[in-house]
Formats: sequence, structure tokens, C-alpha cells
Amino acid sequence: MHTPLNIETSWPDAIYAHFRRLGVRQVGYVPDAGHSRLIALCRDDPDIADVVLTTEEEGIGLVAGAALGGQRAALLMQSSGVGNCVNMFSLLRNCGFACVVVVTMRGEFGEFNPWQVPMGAITEDVLRLSGFLTYRVDNADDVDPIVGAGCDMAFSGNLQVAILLSQRLIGPKQWTR
Amino acid sequence: MLDRREFVKQLLIDRGDLLVVPGLGSATYDVAAAGDHPLNFYLWGAMGGAAMIGLGLALARPDRQVAVITGDGDMLMGVGSLATIGVKQPNNLAIVVLDNARYGETGMQPSATAQGIDLVAMALACRFRHARAVSRIDEAADVRALLHDGKGPILVNARIEAEDTPRVLPLRDGHAIKQRFIAALNAR
Repeated sequence: MHTPLNIETSWPDAIYAHFRRLGVRQVGYVPDAGHSRLIALCRDDPDIADVVLTTEEEGIGLVAGAALGGQRAALLMQSSGVGNCVNMFSLLRNCGFACVVVVTMRGEFGEFNPWQVPMGAITEDVLRLSGFLTYRVDNADDVDPIVGAGCDMAFSGNLQVAILLSQRLIGPKQWTR
Repeated sequence: MLDRREFVKQLLIDRGDLLVVPGLGSATYDVAAAGDHPLNFYLWGAMGGAAMIGLGLALARPDRQVAVITGDGDMLMGVGSLATIGVKQPNNLAIVVLDNARYGETGMQPSATAQGIDLVAMALACRFRHARAVSRIDEAADVRALLHDGKGPILVNARIEAEDTPRVLPLRDGHAIKQRFIAALNAR
């Protein structure tokens, strides 16, 4: 198991609470260790359809389809997955679909694996160029207000919002074997 | 081999409440040629995404049947979504692949299915409840019945002629296509 250092903290619960508050009914994800608790919370919730994706761009289609059917959806991915989505992001802009993406950052603070660095270094720029509002979170205490504000903006205005959870917040990936 | 226009037209006869997601390119033109309808979510881009839009819609509206009608190029680009759909087992989702084994929009270059790559076998391997190939117009009524009454997930691979059909261009404004679809879905 690769378990991030701070995973016992409550910030994943704060994100989940906002999903509940706003009636998010579908959550698509490609797993990341930093999202493991949030994924487990969503999987255990009978009101949320959890959809494990083979690639993150599938999640953009999922969000669009959910919205057509009247449901709110959110996506969880790590920073490398943002790169997999770029062309599909145009679906969100062309049609004005609300989209919340919660991104766990790799390739920055304390990163062990240099192969994560090139994508991690451009993740926020790629999101902005693709039309997303981006909000970066470095401290655990900021997760609740920033995720709440970001989700509110996305769903009330049919905007595309990405929350970037920094590697310093999550803790560097621990290699235990 | 099927005439794509005639086949799609027969699939959509008396379509009732069917929700239709046509993939970009010729599939969108075929669905438009069968008759414009507010419950068509025409795609003009997002290649590889049609099946996943269908999944999100099918999960959101389990009370309605969802038909994704797309080309082999779009389905191959999003082929991983067969696994994603197989995991969720939506019983109200069907995918019809209009397979001419070509990239028709770009000059009829051969696609992977031209070399025998088998989308029906892939769908079955991804735990689709029903998957079959069709190539005769007298099978269209059976496929239409599957779209309305079949238990999904379903994939039908329809072998169509590699012909260059006239373009029938529906709405292109994504916001308008979306809003019209949502309004029509909520009105019923």
C-alpha cells in the first residue's frame, strides 16, 4: 500500500460533504492514492454512482451525459490525468456544462518520481488554457472553503472549475516496499 | 452490407421517448437525416466520447432508454469505455456502431475494423449483456426493438457500405443542442 502521510486528516470528508450538499450523483475517477479516502466515501454512498474510468477523458463525457439527464457529476483525478482530457474539454466549453474536477497534484513538492514532473508542472496552465477556473489548495484548513466555493461557482453558473490539491497538502507518495 | 441512411432511418421510426446520442461526423448526419428531434444530442466533436455521454445519461435517467449511434472511428478511440460501461451494467444503454471500416470524414482511410478487429467480441469481453453484428436491412427491425426493449448494455455492430453520403447538417451550436435536449427531456 502506498498511503499518503496525511490521509487520516479530514479534508477528504470536507470535499465529500460538499458533494452531498450540492447533490452530486455521479463521481468518475481514475484512482490516485491521495483520493483514496474520498473514493471510498463515494463508493459507500448509495446515492452516488461511482464510475471507475479507464482514462480520465471518459469522465468528461460522463459529466456531460449526467447533466443532460439532470444530474450533477464530479471528477477525481491526479495531475497526469488532466493531460489525457485536453480535446474532450472542448465538449464542456462548447455546450456550457458545469464541471468540477478535483486534482491531486504530482510532480511538485517532494516528488520522488521525475516522470511525474513534466505534466505536474503544466497542469494548472493546461486547465486554464482549456477554460477552467483553477483554485489551488496548499493547506488542509482551506480545503473546505475553497472546494465549497469552487463547486458553487461551477454548478450555479455552468462553469468549469478545477481544484488543485497540492502535493504538499497530500504528502509525497510514500514508497513502502 | 447496409445503406447507412436507410438503416438509421429504420432504427428511429416511431422513436417515442428514445434518447439519442449520435457520434461526430457521419453518424450525426445520418441521425439528422432520419429527422431532426430535440432528444438528439448531436456531437460535432468530442471524438471518442459518445459512449461515455450515453453512460452518464443512462445512469442519470434509468427510466429512459439511451441509444448511442456512432461510427467505428469514434468507438475505437473510446474503446476503453466499453470496460467502463461493462462495470456499471446500465440496462438502459445501447450502442449502435455504424461500421464502414473507414474514417469517412477524412478521406476513407481504413480503420482497425478493416483488418478484422472485432468490436462485438470486445463488447462481450467487457460483459455487455448482448452484442451482435448485423449486415442486412431486414435485421433493422430487430435492432430497433433492442433499442426500445432490450436489456443493456447492448452493442450492435452494423456493417455499412463505405459510401459517401450527402451531408445533412443539424444544429451546430452546442449550447442550443444541450438546452433543447434538456427542455424536451423535462417536458415529458
